[in-house]
Amino acid sequence: MSKTNVTRRGVLKTGAVAGAGLAVPTIFDGQAWADGHTGFTNAPEGGSVTLGFNVPQTGPYADEGADELRAYELAVEHLNGGGDGGMMKTFSSQALQGNGILGKKVEYVTGDTQTKSDAARASAKSMIEKDGAIMITGGSSSGVAVAVQALCQEAGVIFMAGLTHSNDTTGKDRRRNGFRHFFNSYMSGAALAPILANNYGTDRKAYHLTADYNWGYTTEEAVRSSTEAMGWETVGQVLTPLTQTDFSSYITPVLQSDADVLVLNHYGGNMVNSLTNAVQFGLRDRVVNGKNFEIIVPLYSRLMAKGAGANVKGIFGSTNWHWSLQDEGSKAFVQSFGTKYGFPPSQAAHTCYVQTMLYADAVERAGSFNPCAVVEALEGFEFDGLGNGPTLYRAEDHQCFKDVLVVKGKENPTSEFDLLEIVEVTPAAQVTYAPDHPQFAGGQLGACNPGA
Amino acid sequence: MLGLEKKDTRLFLIVIGLTMLAPFLLNPFPEGSEMAQFNAGYPDLMQRFVIFGIFAIGFNILFGLTGYLSFGHAAFLGVGSYAAMWMFKLFGMNVVPALLLSVVLSGLFAVLIGYISLRRSGIYFSILTLAFAMMSYALAYSVLATDMDGPDKQGLMQKGLTGGETGLQLSVQDPRILGAKAGADGNTPVPNFFGIEMRSATEMNVGDWVFTFSAGYYFSAFVMLIAFYISIRIFRSPFGMMLRAIKSNQQRLNYTGLNPKPYMLAAFVVSGMYAGLAGGLMVAMDPLAGPERMFWTASGEVVLMTILGGVGTLIGPVLGAGLIKYMENILSKINSEILHQWFAWMPDGLEDVVVTMIYPFIGKGWHLTLGLMFMAVVIFLPGGLVEGGQRIMGALRGRKAKDGKPDADADVKPAE
Repeated sequence: MSKTNVTRRGVLKTGAVAGAGLAVPTIFDGQAWADGHTGFTNAPEGGSVTLGFNVPQTGPYADEGADELRAYELAVEHLNGGGDGGMMKTFSSQALQGNGILGKKVEYVTGDTQTKSDAARASAKSMIEKDGAIMITGGSSSGVAVAVQALCQEAGVIFMAGLTHSNDTTGKDRRRNGFRHFFNSYMSGAALAPILANNYGTDRKAYHLTADYNWGYTTEEAVRSSTEAMGWETVGQVLTPLTQTDFSSYITPVLQSDADVLVLNHYGGNMVNSLTNAVQFGLRDRVVNGKNFEIIVPLYSRLMAKGAGANVKGIFGSTNWHWSLQDEGSKAFVQSFGTKYGFPPSQAAHTCYVQTMLYADAVERAGSFNPCAVVEALEGFEFDGLGNGPTLYRAEDHQCFKDVLVVKGKENPTSEFDLLEIVEVTPAAQVTYAPDHPQFAGGQLGACNPGA
Repeated sequence: MLGLEKKDTRLFLIVIGLTMLAPFLLNPFPEGSEMAQFNAGYPDLMQRFVIFGIFAIGFNILFGLTGYLSFGHAAFLGVGSYAAMWMFKLFGMNVVPALLLSVVLSGLFAVLIGYISLRRSGIYFSILTLAFAMMSYALAYSVLATDMDGPDKQGLMQKGLTGGETGLQLSVQDPRILGAKAGADGNTPVPNFFGIEMRSATEMNVGDWVFTFSAGYYFSAFVMLIAFYISIRIFRSPFGMMLRAIKSNQQRLNYTGLNPKPYMLAAFVVSGMYAGLAGGLMVAMDPLAGPERMFWTASGEVVLMTILGGVGTLIGPVLGAGLIKYMENILSKINSEILHQWFAWMPDGLEDVVVTMIYPFIGKGWHLTLGLMFMAVVIFLPGGLVEGGQRIMGALRGRKAKDGKPDADADVKPAE
């Protein structure tokens, strides 16, 4: 059947075809990166500059993604001089003029991360390779943030992380071209611990239910180490699959243990379901060791509180920013976001808006879109007026250090957005750690990469 | 040529032509024009076309020839990815050893899974393979992702064997005993083929058109052509004939005294190796391996690709892979703003109506469009795109196309 008779003529013909095929890609080598690329990837040409907004539009975090996109559109409007200017007026650095970035009109492309590393990277790659994006931002999960950050480092563009809370983003997986404004697991633990000690005492037995992925691990580690430092004991720790929707089988062992605190290291839909289950099992009415049983949710978001409804009342957690803050920056942002969309922004929207402003400002101050110049302008940058009080972009790990909010589910919400109340604004000094803290060790920024 | 029959030679030459000229063919619209949105000639997407083409070609060897529907082929894709990634981390950034390990490891993995799964046929076989793939996914996602490095967390295994949800990535701290730990600029090095970096690209400006020639794409395309050639040889070999016999009537085969098991296992392993090769190539183009590559939706995708293109045909799976990846990457990026730009010439009210009507089918709704298209193909063109191409060719030649014969891969023109 298979004919293997090789003829001289056949070999010659094959060789000629293969040779021609191989030659095609090499003919044009002489014109490598023909024109317009002056030393770094996607240097903007003409009168506009393109930013890439890579957010989850489908999948479990689609709601957050939609809110992030709203914030980005608002930021672009403000940068181009439209709207009321939002936080550009309150920002301590007044480099931005409202005439785009360095006089170039800001344009943007959007993509869907699907909250999957592969899809997010494919989307980011097409923004960089096809649309010529000079900066990528967005995302609502740490896995995606870490994956896209590494990609941007390789491709030589700046990555401004969106909502990502895992320690690893600016810890083990930190990159020179990547920056995070959002707070992290360690900060949640450090901010929550004193409040918990004040309210629940220092003699507690905690039981952790942890989402079985990277963010869950770092959050559990952070909350554990800071609560154990003040005297709590950890009596149980169980990993739950990310896809789990019914947590009954995980709650029953809690009832049988002698734990008097349940920590839910869950986010999004996971947290909504596990908290609802826990309340249904009557955990909050229990009395163990002579103390009321308590539940803690280390990372809160308004969208989660909305999903869990009345179950969140009185439950402590931490958050990066909340629209009810009364500083000038927050008020200006809530005002312009509310005018455009008719409801207050979420913390995801806030961090994305701020990241865009910080990038634009850094380019303006550096006088160049070159990623290395932007990195230099952002490293060690101190600013104020963007909603979190005085903030430092630390040079060692590209993490923002700012106040962290400890919040509690509101007892008497007045509207569907008014679900959380701020218990305390933990000052930045209390949540600051050394760049080589054990929870963050093992990473290296590397050198900045301006790409081709 | 190369021991192929005349019509196969013609098909192979057409495929060579299409892949080599892809940067031109996929960029038909000038840069900056309204239609530039639909250009697909950028390196990442072209690489995806050929890589998923390899995946689908391999899947078709199993599904198209033996009729055994594996619903867990993504597991091999994942194994290939992780294998290549570890080669990069431990030895060096040359893609050849990485791809070799991908193929070998996924082949071994396929022997294991195939040996067990092939004891059953039909739906039970599908479910078994699905179960294995989901097990692999769970292993990669959490079990093998825990810290195996002790408390200091400084070393190679700080994120376990697979890196969990974040995926396995390169780092400047990797040992890489045969190559540099870091590139010249202090960043993680780039996968290369004896010095040719996979990421390097050349642009050519012709008038308003910009064509990008990427080293990574041509490397993948070359591998795809080899894979395609091997697949033609398998289709035309006595071995391929045995596989078709299994599909048409396994009982009869048993009664003639032939044991179909070894043939099936061989087909399963070959197909798994193709998937592993595709996984390795994905990592070579973009060094990150994540567990969602093994999720059941990824396994389902390759089934869709094969059916959409034409089961049991040579070129069909490649076309199906191309179509799905095109929609995933191009259609999903059209947002409502772009739609409004397109229809800006309409009166305001009408514009909004038209945009509202189209909006559910683009952007994040691209799955809906894909679903409708899939239904249309399955109902009206059971032989997939290839059958569509044949009908068109038949009509052009002025004779009625023969009724749907999915196996008629003989006279095939790609539906470009």
